[in-house]
Amino acid sequence: MKRLFVPLVVVTGVLFAIVPFLIANAPYESTMGLIQKIFYFHVPSWMAMYTGIGVCGVASGIYLFRNNRRADGYAVAGAEVAVLFGLMGLVSGPLWGRKAWGVWWQWDVRLTTALLLELIFIAYIMVRKYGGPGSEKLAAATALFGTATAPFVYKSVDIWRTVHPKTSVVPELLAGSMPGAALPFGLSALAFVLLAILFITVRTGLAHRQAALDDLYLELED
Amino acid sequence: MNRPRGVLTLIASLFLLAAPTLAAQPPAASSEFVPATPGSATEQLPAAPLLVAAYAFVWVAAMVYVWTIWRRLNKVEADMHALERKSRAAR
Repeated sequence: MKRLFVPLVVVTGVLFAIVPFLIANAPYESTMGLIQKIFYFHVPSWMAMYTGIGVCGVASGIYLFRNNRRADGYAVAGAEVAVLFGLMGLVSGPLWGRKAWGVWWQWDVRLTTALLLELIFIAYIMVRKYGGPGSEKLAAATALFGTATAPFVYKSVDIWRTVHPKTSVVPELLAGSMPGAALPFGLSALAFVLLAILFITVRTGLAHRQAALDDLYLELED
Repeated sequence: MNRPRGVLTLIASLFLLAAPTLAAQPPAASSEFVPATPGSATEQLPAAPLLVAAYAFVWVAAMVYVWTIWRRLNKVEADMHALERKSRAAR
C-alpha cells in the first residue's frame, strides 16, 4: 500500500481537478435543472461512505473473531471515513431536496434509514472514545450491526414507496439515459472512492501509531 | 332505504372516498433522469447558492478531516518521542 500511496494521491488529485469542469459541462436534467448537478457529488459521497462501511465491517469482523489488532486500526479508519462521507451526503441531500421537493427534509424511509446508519457509525466512534478499556470489542460489534444495516438502506427505495429516486437511476445513467452525464458521474464516483481509500490509509497509519504509543506506555509502566 | 339505492350510495361513497385518497398519493419514485430540452425554464428558487453550498461543504468537510488527522498524527509522534526519551533515560 505504501508504494501505491503517492500514485493514488496523484490520480485522486487529477480527478478532483478535472471533475468540476466535467460537471459544469454536463447536461441539465429536464425537471430539476441546475440543482440536479448536486447528484454528481451527492451519490459519490454515499459510495465513499459505503467503502468506509465495507472496510469497517470486514476489519471489525476480523478483529472480533481473530483478535487482530491491525484490523482494528482499519476498522476505526473505515468508521471515521464512513461518518465523514455520510455527513457530506446528509448535507448535500437536503440542499438538493429543498429545490427539488420544496422541503429540506422528509421522514421518508431512505432519508431516515440513511440518518440512522450515520448515527450507528457515530455511535461506534463514541463507544471507542468514551467507552473505556475493552470498548474496542463492543464498538466492533456495533460496526457489524451497522454494516448489516447498510444494504437495507441502499435497497429501501426499491422496497418501499419513497420520494427519493430508485437505485436504478445510476445504472440507467451509466447506460446512457442522459447522454453526456455518465462520464462526469463515473469519474466523480471514482474520485470520491479513491479519496475514501486515501483517508482510510492515512487514518489507519495514525491508528497503528496510536496502538504503538499505547504499547510503549504499558511497557514503561511495567 | 331500499337495496338498489343503498348499493348506489355505497358505490358513490367509495368513489368519493377513493378520489381524494388516490389524488393524495405521492408521485411514483423516478427510475431515471430525463435530459432537459434546451431553453426550458423551470427554476423558481435559485439553485446556484444551494449547489455551491453543497460543493463547498464537501470540500470544507474533507479539509477539516485532513487537518484533524494531521493534528492527531503530530500529537502521537510528539508523545512517542517524549516516551522514547523517558525510556532511554530510565535505562
